[in-house]
Amino acid sequence: MSATRNSEADGNMKESSMHFKKALSAAPALSLKIIAECPVTKARACDLTLPHCTVSTPVFMPVGTQGTLKGITVDQLEGLGCQICLGNTYHLGMRPGTELIEKANGLHGFMNWKRNLLTDSGGFQMVSLVELSEVTEEGVKFKSPYDGKEILLSPEKSISIQNSLGSDIMMQLDDVVSSTVKGPRVEEAMHRSIRWLDRCIAANKHPDKQNLFAIIQGGLNAELRKACLDEMIQRDVPGFAIGGLSGGEEKDDFWRMVTLSTDYLPREKPRYLMGVGYAVDLVVCVALGCDMFDCVFPTRTARFGSALVPWGSLQVKQKQYAKDFQPIDPDCQCPTCKRHSRAYLHALFKSDTAAMHHITIHNIAYQLTLMRSVRQSIVEGRFPEFIQTFMKRMFPSRDQYPSWAVDALASVNVTLE
Amino acid sequence: MAGSRMKLDLSRVVQGRGRLGLLKEVGRMGQHSVDIPGCLLYTHLGSVPHLTQDTLHTISCLPAVTHVTLSNMAEHQEVLEEFKGGLKKFAGLHDTVLYCSLHDPAAHCPTGHTTNKTVSVWGSGGRIELTAAKFMALQKTVQPDWYQSMADGETWQTGTSRKRVRKSVDRTLAHLDECLTVHQKSQDLEGVDIFGVVEGGDILEERVRSARETAKRPVAGFCLDGFQTGAMDQALRSQLITAVTQELPEDKPRLLQGVGRPDEVLECVEAGIDLFEGFFPFQATERGCALCFSFDITPNPERAAPDEEPHTAGGTQLNGDVNCDDQTHMTRFEMNLKDKRYQDDFRPLVEGCGCYCCRNHQRAYVHHLLMTNELLAGVLLMIHNTCHYHSFFRAIREALANDKMDLLRRSVLWNGKE
Ligand SMILES: [Zn+2]
Ligand SMILES: [Zn+2]
Repeated sequence: MSATRNSEADGNMKESSMHFKKALSAAPALSLKIIAECPVTKARACDLTLPHCTVSTPVFMPVGTQGTLKGITVDQLEGLGCQICLGNTYHLGMRPGTELIEKANGLHGFMNWKRNLLTDSGGFQMVSLVELSEVTEEGVKFKSPYDGKEILLSPEKSISIQNSLGSDIMMQLDDVVSSTVKGPRVEEAMHRSIRWLDRCIAANKHPDKQNLFAIIQGGLNAELRKACLDEMIQRDVPGFAIGGLSGGEEKDDFWRMVTLSTDYLPREKPRYLMGVGYAVDLVVCVALGCDMFDCVFPTRTARFGSALVPWGSLQVKQKQYAKDFQPIDPDCQCPTCKRHSRAYLHALFKSDTAAMHHITIHNIAYQLTLMRSVRQSIVEGRFPEFIQTFMKRMFPSRDQYPSWAVDALASVNVTLE
Repeated sequence: MAGSRMKLDLSRVVQGRGRLGLLKEVGRMGQHSVDIPGCLLYTHLGSVPHLTQDTLHTISCLPAVTHVTLSNMAEHQEVLEEFKGGLKKFAGLHDTVLYCSLHDPAAHCPTGHTTNKTVSVWGSGGRIELTAAKFMALQKTVQPDWYQSMADGETWQTGTSRKRVRKSVDRTLAHLDECLTVHQKSQDLEGVDIFGVVEGGDILEERVRSARETAKRPVAGFCLDGFQTGAMDQALRSQLITAVTQELPEDKPRLLQGVGRPDEVLECVEAGIDLFEGFFPFQATERGCALCFSFDITPNPERAAPDEEPHTAGGTQLNGDVNCDDQTHMTRFEMNLKDKRYQDDFRPLVEGCGCYCCRNHQRAYVHHLLMTNELLAGVLLMIHNTCHYHSFFRAIREALANDKMDLLRRSVLWNGKE
């Protein structure tokens, strides 16, 4: 019962053959093979081949900000089946700095990670972490929190740092505006992001081994998004990210911008939805046609004892688990659930940081397993059924389904039971 | 000798050079054996600090005995009682011997809370007072293979009065008798070994009296308490330990509490100690340090010296004093990875070390993890330090077997200010 179809087969996306031809000539450092497309939704399962290994999509990418993933060794991460993770350009550019990372044979060598890495542009961190930042046509100006020196992060500089890091996927520097901002600033940022994309493309020293992704901007304004898409899809980039979302906007606006973007993005290139990682968001946005996701949430929340489970989350540190001798999730196959009970983890949280590592491992396993199940269901042609089961497990009753998810899924022909 | 099963096979006893042997039939089922001199695996509630079972088992030279402390466990008594299966099962430990001590050798224990009938342990929720009855009730829920009897060990500070020291010896013997009475009647503790505790502070007569009296009781072995680093200088420690071990039966093991520095360990082995607590690698990890002392006893002089000079250049921050009051201070047996000079050092922590960290990572990376307060720093350092330290104990046994203790001592002290 194979629902696998060749990528040249019936395109249910809006696309032109022109894009496809361009893709063939584009970056040899990446290839996307569509393994299956959901006949009902816009979901797809692909093999994304990157310089270090092939990534099965849809994929969740854990975030390793400082060249490490929250107390997890690279062997553990590999053991969980992770094929790609993130590093943060801003943090790594500050400490230990690009010169050192170059000496260590890039970020891969520095952290001894044999699989793929994606780095962001550094711009987002700057806008969110550093108070004194000013955006001009040149780039983002900020004061170093370490020595107070004024630094300019230009598109060229961002790419230069990312070239030093040697990531498999680099992100363009974009002009980040909070998704709740409205008015002319959003339009300005969108146009500037397009200009900066061109500068980033020109600055990339390793197009043969480092893939530069464009970031679609335009806030919550459909016309601006569409205008941005029109411009950017004409650029010869190996992949696209949907940016400027998941920053506190209404979910109703969020999903409409996502689905608008995937409607226009070329079918043969990967689509990366930035900053999305909650289980429901992942499943819905896969249905809307996204391939790649990242979020700090699963690893950050683990440190506070919050374990992700098919019915939401479980706060291991809460008293009610002190005498609960079951694993976090009896169906989970991760090393934590195979060996330890909620009660032991509850007790260990009082004695040692290893408790956090146990939850981190479980949470990464949860995210990766969820995406593997999603992919499997797409390949087997039963993704709509998967969504139904997933939602029933996640919410106690139908009236607790978030209305945005119901609407978003309805827009891709899935009516929740 | 109710319940006592472990047997000590000494293959070599060199007077003033230590004891080499095998502790057999250890564990409730008697299925384990422990090489002597040996070291226990230090844990928090059964977990080696920072490590999960996956990261722990990258280490090949793990000891057979896992060490837990009542100070970690007392607050979980109710949970363990309801669980019923004992701590080993609760902590997901499978093939290991569980030894339970009273205090955590790496944690500060405030003084002034000991009475005639009680001792206190300090867990995450504060102080918990234990009577001998409560102490024994805890042992029944923890279900160790082997545990330390309750003891008043509050006499380690210099200047403790003779009267107080005498009282601690008396109390500790009384606690032991009370523990033994419960132990011998308890079905739950059948096959479990109990160690008596030798106290006596820095007073020779009290040490001898404590040892003699404890040796009269049906215990499987002895814990020597009150000798911890900071309590006294090594000359006095060696002298007292030698006096104590002379009073103890040859065929029972002696565990020394609170001593972990490599130089002190060597001295104490030669004074007749068999077992040590493995907290030292944890302390080094907590200060961002990697153990790097050499314990190479191959005769080739070029190889006997460490190939690097891990810390001679940074002498200013090294604490070379043998008697360091504060256990949190860096010792000369380690390198401080926070030091800026490791920033661009792409060598492994210790050349030739086969641990997961040294096989996969470089000093520069560990330095970066420490500078950015990343949790992986503790994980990698703990793997290396545990591996290094337990390999050191293997070297001690080899040195004892081959009459090379002098060579080993020279190798260990090489890094320092010789
Ligand atoms: Zn799990
Ligand atoms: Zn090592």
